[in-house]
Amino acid sequence: MSSLEIIILLPLLAALAVGLGAPARATSLTAALVNLVWVIALAVKYQPGEMGELAYVHKRIILENPALALGVGADGVSLIMALLTVVVTVAAIWQTVDKPAMYYVASLLISAGALGAFLSTDLFFIYAFHELALIPTFLMIALHGRAEKEKRLAVAWKTTIYLGAGSLVLLAGLAWLVLEYSQAGKMEFDLTALRAMAQNSPISADKQAWIYLVLLIGFGTLVSLFPFHSWAAPAYATAPTPVAMLHAGVLKKFGLYGLLRIALPLLPQGALTPWIMKLLLAALLGNILVIGLVTINQKRLDDMLANSSVMHMGYIFLGLAAGTEIALKGSVLLMFGHGISIALLFALCGRMRNQLGTLEMDRLGGLGSHAPLLMLVFGFGAFASIGLPGLANFAGEIMVFLGSFANGNEWTTFHVAQGLTPLHWTVVAALWGVVISAVYMLRAFRKIFQGSANSGLFMSDPSSSQSVPLVGMAAVLLVVGCAPSLLLSLMNGPLAVVAAAVAR
Amino acid sequence: MSVFTIEAGLALLGLFLLLLDAFAPGVSRRTLGILSMAGVGLALVLLVTVAGGEEALPAFVKPFQQLDALAMFYKGFALVITLLVLWLVLECAPYMTRFTLEGRVGEMLSLPLFVCVGMMWMAGAKDLVTVFVALELVTVSFYVLVGYTRKSAMALEAGVKYLILGAISTGVLVFGIAWVYGATGSLEFEGIRQAAAAEGTNRTILLFGAAFLLAGLGFKVAAAPFQMWVPDVYQGASMPVAAFLSVGSKAAGFAVLSRVVAALAGEGSAVRGEVLAALIAAGSVTVLVGSLPAIFQTSVKRLLGYSSISHAGFLLLALGCQGAGRFGLDANGVVAFYLATYLPMTVLGFLALAVLRRNGRGEELEDFRGLGRRSPMLALVVTLAFASLAGLPLTVGFLGKMLVVLTLVDQGQWVALAFAILAAAVGFYYYFRVILAMYSSDEGVPEAAPVRVSLAARVVGVGLAVAVVLLGVYPRPLQPMLREASQAENSAVSAPSGH
Repeated sequence: MSSLEIIILLPLLAALAVGLGAPARATSLTAALVNLVWVIALAVKYQPGEMGELAYVHKRIILENPALALGVGADGVSLIMALLTVVVTVAAIWQTVDKPAMYYVASLLISAGALGAFLSTDLFFIYAFHELALIPTFLMIALHGRAEKEKRLAVAWKTTIYLGAGSLVLLAGLAWLVLEYSQAGKMEFDLTALRAMAQNSPISADKQAWIYLVLLIGFGTLVSLFPFHSWAAPAYATAPTPVAMLHAGVLKKFGLYGLLRIALPLLPQGALTPWIMKLLLAALLGNILVIGLVTINQKRLDDMLANSSVMHMGYIFLGLAAGTEIALKGSVLLMFGHGISIALLFALCGRMRNQLGTLEMDRLGGLGSHAPLLMLVFGFGAFASIGLPGLANFAGEIMVFLGSFANGNEWTTFHVAQGLTPLHWTVVAALWGVVISAVYMLRAFRKIFQGSANSGLFMSDPSSSQSVPLVGMAAVLLVVGCAPSLLLSLMNGPLAVVAAAVAR
Repeated sequence: MSVFTIEAGLALLGLFLLLLDAFAPGVSRRTLGILSMAGVGLALVLLVTVAGGEEALPAFVKPFQQLDALAMFYKGFALVITLLVLWLVLECAPYMTRFTLEGRVGEMLSLPLFVCVGMMWMAGAKDLVTVFVALELVTVSFYVLVGYTRKSAMALEAGVKYLILGAISTGVLVFGIAWVYGATGSLEFEGIRQAAAAEGTNRTILLFGAAFLLAGLGFKVAAAPFQMWVPDVYQGASMPVAAFLSVGSKAAGFAVLSRVVAALAGEGSAVRGEVLAALIAAGSVTVLVGSLPAIFQTSVKRLLGYSSISHAGFLLLALGCQGAGRFGLDANGVVAFYLATYLPMTVLGFLALAVLRRNGRGEELEDFRGLGRRSPMLALVVTLAFASLAGLPLTVGFLGKMLVVLTLVDQGQWVALAFAILAAAVGFYYYFRVILAMYSSDEGVPEAAPVRVSLAARVVGVGLAVAVVLLGVYPRPLQPMLREASQAENSAVSAPSGH
């Protein structure tokens, strides 16, 4: 077995063991930590190739025609996503204490699904692993969700039907894609082979546009792209903390990852089709501005965080829409930064809910004096989320904005005289999202941690053991924010190839 | 040893067991069951290992039987499901005898053998008369089986419904056969195929006959608009019989449909377009009339009935996508593949119901409450089965759905695809409801006693669940069914082949 296969299998086996009665926390945490160390080791060892070749490749054929294979392999982008997954998994499991075994099983299954989706090289398994999270997410929201029974059931169903339907649309799109590239009745699902075909004998631009649209709707639903977003905010606000952390932090990135890995390189003409581009730009502005304003209006911390997580997807879509190497790198970096910061914020949110019993921001206040560490860590998450320089999200966002404005030209030689394209206008509008983020995040920070603690609600700092995952995630944000080249250096090869494919 | 010898042997064994049960009251049901299962098991082993090909058939059988890959698959399929059903009869006997005359189950252990022989014979049929005779053997046996637990009013209702509708559908079928014969002058599939493509065949008459033929078979496989009987009959019939109807009867129906469609809608056939359009239309409606009412079911057994309708819809859609496109795989092969994936998950569903019944629980959704805590293993197994029925990836149920989606996209059947996607999305709801119930707390459920699962049920349940996952991740053993369309065309109706 190859090391990537074991990385995917380990959480699955741990989940099975926990399900059948093994000590839940110890088993899960061990598996998560082993995976953390292992993925870091693989990332350190990884040497990016010129053409974005995959490393750690291994392939088992499971069906000849349609040609399905359990293929695994990683390049810089998938390694970064795997890193995100293992970091958040450790944190999610670490902060889960005294909970039923189901919490651990669900966390492990979601983690395995995300790892499988990020590390597979076969469309079939990329798709299949993502679905692994569907039942655990559904059951956790329905049974352990943070709301009255009626409401959490409604949220669980809405989430499941949305994600299920989105996946089915995605399946139809992938099926179409595979069929268009299949030759002589042999259906090929291998991503590398498909990429070679896309370069040598691309399908017509017209078909690419339609397939791209179907994929955009399918993947978009999974990432809560406006207007397919309405499942996400209630789901994250209601889901138990580890599920919210893993789903909002990691699993949701699958849709973006899929667009980056599958849609852009295989359907570059589709991505460049003007009407599709305009649709996507309008949708992502919906995420940034409409959902941004919705977020400002939230009164509860969990609702606000959930909506903000929907909003921030807009920036990443912007990077993907621009398609320049800088913008794409920024998108991946932002996926990582957003994943860590939102997981951190949801972890804190869960602690507050447990200790305070309420998340109404108007009722909170002055918590900073009791819980200085909490305030500090929350500050890291909140400021990262706004895009404060020095934290991971800033590096991603600035690259997305600059890369999008460059729009294929060297951005230093850009002339306004050529006129602004829709993409440029979108960037201009999207920049206001930063202001919106600042408004709601800073207001939440002030309401919760500053002022006087006259509400009678008391909260203490976590024990030193429980601080580890929180401080750890804050440290990751800081380190990546100060030295983004740690991650950027991994991405040189693979994203240059994608950017070249969608170059105008 | 020829395949015919195996089939004849099974029929004789059935007769012997029937007589033994009637005239030797001292023989326990256990003995009967073991004899019956041993016979089917032996037949399966012989079929896979030593059975000769078409050339080994006796001369008087050769005009009626062919043994191409499709026939061999459905024959094996019939044996597997019969074996599982016989075991289910033994598993359910302790409570089922309350509803049978004098507490007997003997016939339930011999009649399935006749059903099995009928299904096997049907799978290799070369002409419509053979199909009809075999179909009657199956259907008449089912008339008895469905109403066998006759002390239950629901079983009686089911028996009567199945009898009346079955008889009508048989009439419709014969009517259709007659018209097709009138139009083509042949009862053999090969003859029909040639006549349908030949000039001078009366297209209107052929179309008329084809419509009745397809309608008659539509009853058997629960295709809309002939699906109304399914939920009632499943609910009334005993667990093993419902499983048998849902898997065995459906597979047999599709085995025949595959042949009929290949004959009527072969390359160049005058009615190809109409037949395929009818299949697609029926399939599109069937997936919906299976899925939508399933939302409102509180009885899991009825739910499995609607689920069975919905799956029939997917199978019809696959069948309606004949012809090699970019997809390149033979439609009949996809149907066989789908049925192979359908077997373990559906049997698991009925197995779970049987276990609950033995524990004194009912068949309602409520009765699944708390199973996750009372019997984690059973709950896991049932979760996998229902995830697979819903078509979740990494289970075998996904592969069948994926192939159907692929062929629909390839044929540009966008409307049918939209129906299929809608039905599958709705499926998440009603299948997941069962899963949710299992992991919900069972406070307030009366008789929430610990759930006992017999050793045999554990072995079979885990075995099927492993099959569901393993084949979902490693479907290579099912590859032989997915033949390329070009190869299949060559051996379309009557080429000799071993396996």
